Order: sequence, then C-alpha cells, then structure tokens
Amino acid sequence: MKFSESWLREWVQPQVDTKALAEQLTMAGLEVDGIEAVAGAFSGVIVGEILAAEQHPDADKLRVCTVAGADGETFQVVCGAPNARAGIKVPFATVGAKLPGDFKIKKAKLRGVESFGMLCAQTELQAGDDDDGLWELPLDAPVGSDLREYLQLDDQVIEVDLTPNRSDCLSLRGLAREVGVLNRVDVTEPDVQAVAATSESTFPVKVDAPEGCPRYLGRVIEGVDVSRPSPLWLQEKLRRSDVRPIDVIVDVTNYVLLELGQPMHAFDLAKLSGGIQVRWAKQGETLELLNDQKAELNSETLVIADEQGALAIAGVMGGAESAVSGATSAIFLESAFFDPIAIAGKARHYGLHTDSSHRFERGVDFELAALAMERATSLILELAGGSAGPVIEQTNAAHLPDVAPVRLRKAQIEKRLGFAIPDSDVVDILTRLGLVLSEEDSEGWQFQVPSYRFDIRIEADLLEELARIYGYNRLPTSTPQIPQFLPNESESERGLTGLYNTLIARGYREVINYSFVDPKLHQNCFGDAAAVSLLNPLSSDMSVMRTSLVPGLLSTLSGNIKRQHSRVRIFERGLRFDCRGPELKQRDTFAGLIYGDADDKHWQMEKRSVDFYDIKGDLEALLADSAGELRFEAQTDAAYLHPGQSAKVLLDGTEIGLIGAVHPQLAKALGIKKAAFVFELELAAVLKAEVPAYTAISRHPEVERDLAFLVAMDTPAAAMQDAIKTAAGENLKQLKVFDIYIGEGIDSQRKSIAFHLTFQHSSRTLNEDEVNAAVESVIVRLKEDFDATLR
Amino acid sequence: MENLDALTEAALAQVQQANELAELDQVRVAYLGKKGSLTALLKTLGKLSPEERPAAGEKINLAKSQVAEQIQLRKDTLERAAIEAKLEAERIDVTLDGRKASVGGQHPVTRTLNRIEAIFSSAGYRVEEGPEIEDDFHNFEALNIPSHHPARAMHDTFYVDATHVLRTHTSPVQVRTMETQKPPIRVICPGRVYRSDSDLTHTPMFHQVEGLVVDENISFADLKGTMDQFLKAFFETDVAVRFRPSYFPFTEPSAEMDIQCTSCRGAGCRICKESGWIEVGGCGMVHPNVFASCGIDAEAYSGFAFGMGVERLAMMRYGVNDLRLFFENDLDFLAQF
Repeated sequence: MKFSESWLREWVQPQVDTKALAEQLTMAGLEVDGIEAVAGAFSGVIVGEILAAEQHPDADKLRVCTVAGADGETFQVVCGAPNARAGIKVPFATVGAKLPGDFKIKKAKLRGVESFGMLCAQTELQAGDDDDGLWELPLDAPVGSDLREYLQLDDQVIEVDLTPNRSDCLSLRGLAREVGVLNRVDVTEPDVQAVAATSESTFPVKVDAPEGCPRYLGRVIEGVDVSRPSPLWLQEKLRRSDVRPIDVIVDVTNYVLLELGQPMHAFDLAKLSGGIQVRWAKQGETLELLNDQKAELNSETLVIADEQGALAIAGVMGGAESAVSGATSAIFLESAFFDPIAIAGKARHYGLHTDSSHRFERGVDFELAALAMERATSLILELAGGSAGPVIEQTNAAHLPDVAPVRLRKAQIEKRLGFAIPDSDVVDILTRLGLVLSEEDSEGWQFQVPSYRFDIRIEADLLEELARIYGYNRLPTSTPQIPQFLPNESESERGLTGLYNTLIARGYREVINYSFVDPKLHQNCFGDAAAVSLLNPLSSDMSVMRTSLVPGLLSTLSGNIKRQHSRVRIFERGLRFDCRGPELKQRDTFAGLIYGDADDKHWQMEKRSVDFYDIKGDLEALLADSAGELRFEAQTDAAYLHPGQSAKVLLDGTEIGLIGAVHPQLAKALGIKKAAFVFELELAAVLKAEVPAYTAISRHPEVERDLAFLVAMDTPAAAMQDAIKTAAGENLKQLKVFDIYIGEGIDSQRKSIAFHLTFQHSSRTLNEDEVNAAVESVIVRLKEDFDATLR
Repeated sequence: MENLDALTEAALAQVQQANELAELDQVRVAYLGKKGSLTALLKTLGKLSPEERPAAGEKINLAKSQVAEQIQLRKDTLERAAIEAKLEAERIDVTLDGRKASVGGQHPVTRTLNRIEAIFSSAGYRVEEGPEIEDDFHNFEALNIPSHHPARAMHDTFYVDATHVLRTHTSPVQVRTMETQKPPIRVICPGRVYRSDSDLTHTPMFHQVEGLVVDENISFADLKGTMDQFLKAFFETDVAVRFRPSYFPFTEPSAEMDIQCTSCRGAGCRICKESGWIEVGGCGMVHPNVFASCGIDAEAYSGFAFGMGVERLAMMRYGVNDLRLFFENDLDFLAQF
C-alpha cells in the first residue's frame, strides 16, 4: 500500500522524521518498500496565469507569454510548450528559482526576445510523469502562491509491503493506529457525524446469502452533481496512493477505502430495478464489468444483483451497466462486510485484482460499514451536493465473524519468548493495540480482540504482538539445550560426498538443470513414454517433469558446445519422475555425461576423443566401493542410446542404470556433432557400500600365465572371464584381459583376446603341475563354450 | 729402492691425469696391482739386511697407501663428475604442464548447501529430504494454509493435478519429519522448490534449506540465537543480524532475518537498495495448528523453523550477481567454484 506521509500525519503526530518512521514501520512488521518525494527539490516556483500568448517573431515553435505572478505583477516569458495559451494556470519558475538538478532560472534572451522565468511541465518539477506540455493547474489556483505550499508538495509517498495477516493496516486509519502504538501518541480520528436523512428515499435490500454477506448497508443519495471534479486535496491524496481520480462519487468511495479501509461501491440508482439482492451467481450468468471485461460467473461467486440480473461481483468489481456516469443524478451507495472465505480467490478466478478484493480477501473490519457510510455520505453531500435518504441495514449477526476472547498465560511469555516483562507492560502493549482486557487472574489475562484484527485468534498471536511491539531485536537470545544423541552412522551406506569427489577428481563438473523439460526433447529421447505434465507451466518448453536426467545433461552439453567448449564432463544428482508403473515414483538419480577430448590439451599426450571405455572406467571407479558384483550387459531397449554401444548396469544381478553412447541421430538433432556418452544410475544402489571383512593375505609366490584365444567376433569378454574363473579353480587370484587383436594374420571373422592369469595358493607354494592343469582346463573349457582356439 | 720416490711421484702424477675411471684403474693396477711397480718394490725387500727391512717396508707401504688414497680421491671426483654429467644430460623443463587429469567441481548451490549442512550437522542436526511433487496436504493444509488462504497467492504454485503440486517450499519436509519422528527433533531439509515466476531475480526452480527444532521449552530466544550463530558462521564474519516481524501461516510469531549489507556495511548501496540490510530468510515458532496436523502436543512441545534461499546465500557469499547463471550451467561459470 502506498500512502502520503502528510496524510498520515493528519491522523497521528509522532516526533520522528520520515526515515525513522519508515524504520519503525519496517521493524514492526509493516515493511517499508520505498520512500519517494512527491516532487523534486525546487524553490521559487509559483502559480502563474498566462494572460496572453503571442507567436514569437523569429521562431515557429516559441510563444511569448504574458504571465501574471505574485502581487499583480506581470512578466514576459518565452515558452515552447504546445499547450501554452491564455487563460490557463501553470507552474511559473521565476527568475532566481531553483529547479531539480540544481538548475537556476536566470533572465534570458530567446531568439532575441527577453524571457523572465520559465513555465514548467510536471516532469520538470519531478512531480509526475506528464511531459506533454505545461502542467495545467486547477483554474481556482491562487495566482502568485508558492506551488509547493499550494499543492502540499513537501510530502513523501511511503510504500509498505503488508503481509496478508495485516489487512487492518490497509488504510490510513490502521497505519495511524499502529504508528500511535509504536510512539505512544494519540491518534486523531476525523470527526464523522451521522448524516441525518433529508429525504425518505430508500431502495430495498434483500440478502439471500448471509453466509457470504453477513452485513449490508445501503443508502440512496439523490440530486448529486457528478460534473464537478473532486477538489485538489482529494485528488492529490488519491494520486499519492496510486489511485486515479475519476469522478467525485468514485473518488469519495476510493478515498474512504484508503482512509478507513472500507471498500464501497456506488450504483447509478436510475439503472437499478426492483431491489438489491445479495446472492450466489447463477452458473453461467454473465456480467459486463467496469473494465469492459465480460465475466461468465459460476455459482460460487457472490454477486450484488437486482431484478434484472447481476450488477457486481461482490467485493471485487462493479458492472459497467450500473456504474456512475456523467449522467448520474442519484446513487445507491453500498457499504458491506463480505466474508473473506466468500471472496477469497474469486478475483483471481476472473483474472482480476482490485483494491476492494485485496481487502475483503484478507478481512475488513466488520464493524466499520456504518462509519464508512456516514463518512462517504457527508463527503458526497459536501462535494457533489444532493440529499441523502436513511441507511438501510441488513445484518445477520450469526454469520459475522465469531471473535472469541483469547487467553494469555503469564508463564508462556517466558517459556515461548524467553524473556520476562512486567505484567503492566503486557497489558499496556495489548490494550494500546485495541485489545480489551476482559478478565485477569494470577495465571494470566483474557483479551477481547477488536473487529479489525483477523489475525489474532490464539495465544501465540498475542505473544507475537507482545514481541513485535516490544521489539524483536530487544528480545534476548539463547541456544537450544538438547541432550546429546549420537546418531547411527551406517558404514554400509556411503555419503554423497564420496561419489561427488570421485567424479570431481576425474574432471566432472556438477550441473543443476531444471526438473521440467521441453516435451519435444522428452519425445526425442523417450518417444511416447509417459511423463508428468504441469497443468500450468510457465512456458511450453518447461511443461513436462523429467523422467530421466539425461535430457537435461544433453541440453547443458549443447549449450556449452555453442559456447565453444570442446571438452565436457558433467554430472547431476536429482529426482526423476517415473510414471511407467501404476503410481508415480520420484527416484533419486545420479547421472553423468562426457563429450569431446579425452584430455585437456597437452604438449605430449596424444589427442583423442572420449569413448565408451572412458565413461565406463569412470563409472567403475564410482562403484569401486559399492557392495555387490558389478556387471554390464549389452542392451538395445533404450532408444536414445547407441544400440551397439550401450549397456545395462547390474549390481548383484539387479539393474541399477544404463550406460552408453547417445544415439547419433538424437545427438545430431541436438546439434551435438561428436559422440557423447552418458550414464544414469539409481542413487540408492550407488550409495550401498561394503563394510570391509579381512581375509588372510598369502605370502607365497605368484605364478603368471598369458593365454591368447581366437574366438568369434561377438563373444563377450565377460562371459569368457566367467568361464575362466570357474575352470581355473580357487588358486586363480587375478584375471585381466591384456590384449585384443582384430585384423591381419587371423581369421577375419574372429578376434584374438589375450588373458593374463595370476595363480597363488593361500598357504603354500604352487607347483608347476598344478598350474599347468588349471591352464589346461581353462583351454578345454573355452574350446567347449566358445569354440576358442589357443593362438 | 732408490727409485721409490720417483715411482711415487710418477704414480701420483698419473692419478691426477686420469680423466676416466678406467684409466684410473689402469694406473691402480700399474702401481698397486699384484704385478704393479710399487708392489714389486716390496718384493725387493728380501735383498736388504734384516735391520734395513722394517724401515724400507714402512716407506714403501707409506708410498702405496699415499697413492691408494689419491686414487680413491680421484675416483670419487671422477664418479661425482660422471653423475653430474649424467644428471645434466637428464635435465628437463620442469615448467611444462604435468600429465594431469583436470579436476572438476561442485555446483555453487551444492557447495553452499554442503557448507550449511556442515555447520548444522556439527551441532547435531540431521539432514532430511522429501518429494518434490508434493500433495496439497503437506505443501499447504498441514502448514496452516487452507485452500482459501490469501497466502496461497504468494506462492505461484505449479499444479500437477487437482491435489498435487510442485512443492513451493521445503516446509513440507518439516511436516513429514514431525509425522515420523518424536521430539527432540533437530533437522535441516535442503532441496529444490518451484514457483511459477521467472524474471531477473526469479527462476521457476530454486533451492531452499529449511530447519526445524522441536523439544520441550524451545523459545523464540533460541531461534534468534541459532540464526545469529549460523549467519555469523556462514559468512565467517561478525555480521549484524536483525529480526523483523513478518507473517508465515505455519509459524507464530514469525520473523524475517536480515543481515547487514556485506557490500556497504550498512551505509546503504545499490545491492541492499539503500536500506543497509539484506534479507536472508524467514523463521518463526512452529504454529500450534502445524503441530496438531502432525500429531505433536503443542502444550508439551514447542519449536522453531527457518527457511533460507540457497541461491541468495550463494550470491552473497561468492558475489554472483545474476541468479539465472546458476541454471545456465555454463562451464566457464561452474569452473569458478
């Protein structure tokens, strides 16, 4: 909410300057978002009247004006504004005046014509955004008077960012009340007298939805003159609260909204028929709103209607048809209390947000309607004339908010806030806030809550009020005293840090991608696989929840390729949203990608591109400490991977993820020109670790043998290794593939694969015969299983 | 015997002239070997009278050992020179790059979170995580935000279906923790959160870290003390911290925490919008309605909760000036952390 500081000071006069006032408000929970001077720093500017405006003899765009200033004196001023004409009153910067930016006005000659001063636009005085020409002041502005004084420009606009619980401060009255409490000074309310009816005119009101509208006040005012503009003081107050002056009736209702916090509405009486009904809208009923929007109403919307149909969305916005216009001579004025729950979300539903809905949603003082009605009536009579009828009130007390008294136990203050405060201070603070002490005993107090504080319902709310007014920063500080508890640190579970560090040491950088992806990218990777879509995405390219971390890694890769990175190694940890099964699973996932050069440029190392075995090595390092046996099985199911260069990752026979080259077609579609390799693993599986269990080390000599076999090209090495391990017996200590050869000198359908076998016995030296026998059985076994021939 | 001195002198001269170890060895053999000329002199002792022999023998032995000593010295010198020559030949340019695997790094958000976790876990806090597609109950209802509540509008929620949202904050993890654990509770809950908002200072996804402490007799003073300690520890400076009354449906009393602007030290600058203070998060005492939703007796227990934006802390800590950089994942940016 924005308000004029001088308006606030009409209500309450704390002995603090603007800055201190703002600080007080902020520290009381009414956060000041900005302070802006109403006008720039200037002096020597008065109200001037252009008596005559003649064409400049030597310049098409200049006029020579005769301007009346102070004490009946007249001045010749040369002016270039298109609207400079006789009869208007404008800001007149006299010789010696200082304008914003320390700009001094001096006597000057413009194209040979003398000029004594300058006529100003709003922007030149930093008093508004209008720079179309001279600032035309009201015609009754007193010529010669100081502009700052006349317009009360020595004022600040203060903007407070109010939290939703503090609807009571959405008015000058509420803000003044708060400032009064903070400074221990009295608040002067404007003297609002009930306006006695001077006519008998009324308009019937029927409330069919008392649960939504527990209180409705209406009054007819006839004979109003809407053609008169609102007076300057009123317009200026509205303007300083960012409310545009419209006509005197609307301006008054807006004024009362700002002043007292009561949203009101004025209907053109001539446009109403039968009587006012407050009811729920009929499903599909339409209403053309004040902003020319046509709303199709639903049955959960509270409306003000007449015999013909809906006139306004209650508490949100009036209709165009029944609005006050230049032709209006009689009005029906509404001042009501709508239940917050009945209004909540309604404005948003229709794409609206109004000063009225903002207040009703959060809660308007339900005892305020009558006062506001009298205030508005007397202002309208004063400014637009007319005669007022009696106030019709429909109140259903059973539906008014039930404000139970709230108990505050003395012991809770120290227990919950951690500080002691004298009883008298407690009562003083709370009563200054408008609460009424209704009961008191040795244990505590009971307070009646005022009708404007929708946020005080329980003891904790009173504690907050105490702390808030006492000052959060004056409260003591301590730290929780909680008994020691040493948690169970499982050794069979690794921390994330270990995983991160393994990949980081191998050159990977962690990335964080959005959890939502472009549905096109999802489709490119996973075809028609189901994914969770957002009902209200920010944009279509962020509308699907990722089912895999890979698309994000690929986007990051193509982004970095565009930024000329030729070597990329990245990983990410996060949830993927898997809805392949009957219910959605949010799986914690760990994924990585490598691309481009295997190594940084180096003066000696040979340059090469990464391949499958680079990323596989990284993954093997990642899982080196994990519990269970790690295996890789060629796969062709995942269409986003290269069918010949991808594998399922199995841990103790359970699939925990995939690894492989990104399918070249997919890569091409994403502008990725070289091969990229990815892995994606279930995090939980990766985090399982083995608790070490010692086995005796052998101190007996090792015997080594190298065996090379010719086998069919597609024979997996892992299968041969399994066979060797079984055939070689328990003395085989280590088995490694040390060479693969394909090409000249061997059968072109076959490959040579060479194994290095290390034998060792745990408790004695192996003899030659034992090793030879083991090797022989390996040869026989491989011959049987794979038609392998020793090379 | 008469030529002993001459022989010795010649030997010594040859030792000094030897420039190779092999040459030196030849000198040794020529003079001191079994058939060496000095050794041969010993054999001539037999020709002397027994009275003369001891003195003559001693003289010859003295000469021998003198030569042997010089040979050894010369040998040492030559060996040292050989090693030096070898080392000189093996000299390399030590300034050239090593054969290294380049080292990667953590994302700055993770780095910041790890730092936060390290600080809190050293005081006994556990880390809890929760789902990101969250049900309406945990994201709103249980946190005292019923469907008509104006605070829902503050959240710009992404909806998945009528009853599920992308969590708008990490506070649902508070609820999940209290549903399953008994006090005393001390947890922090880091993670991704989502709001339907995107501009210079908002991204539709960002990170929060939530904290929750529940026990008997936890007070607002404990909350203040904890946050004050944390912020000083996180920024590694005795930074001024202030608490402003604020509003969150799930805490009462509620507060917003500010630290004195690290850039202008409170004088007012562009970064703190001339206020001298920078908001770092919200906090408050757990609302009794939240306790009720989780089955915790609000009379027996009290607690505090706090939440902070991780990117914001990272920006302040590392001087990052554009929030969006965190999710562009430009390697030049990431390489700085």
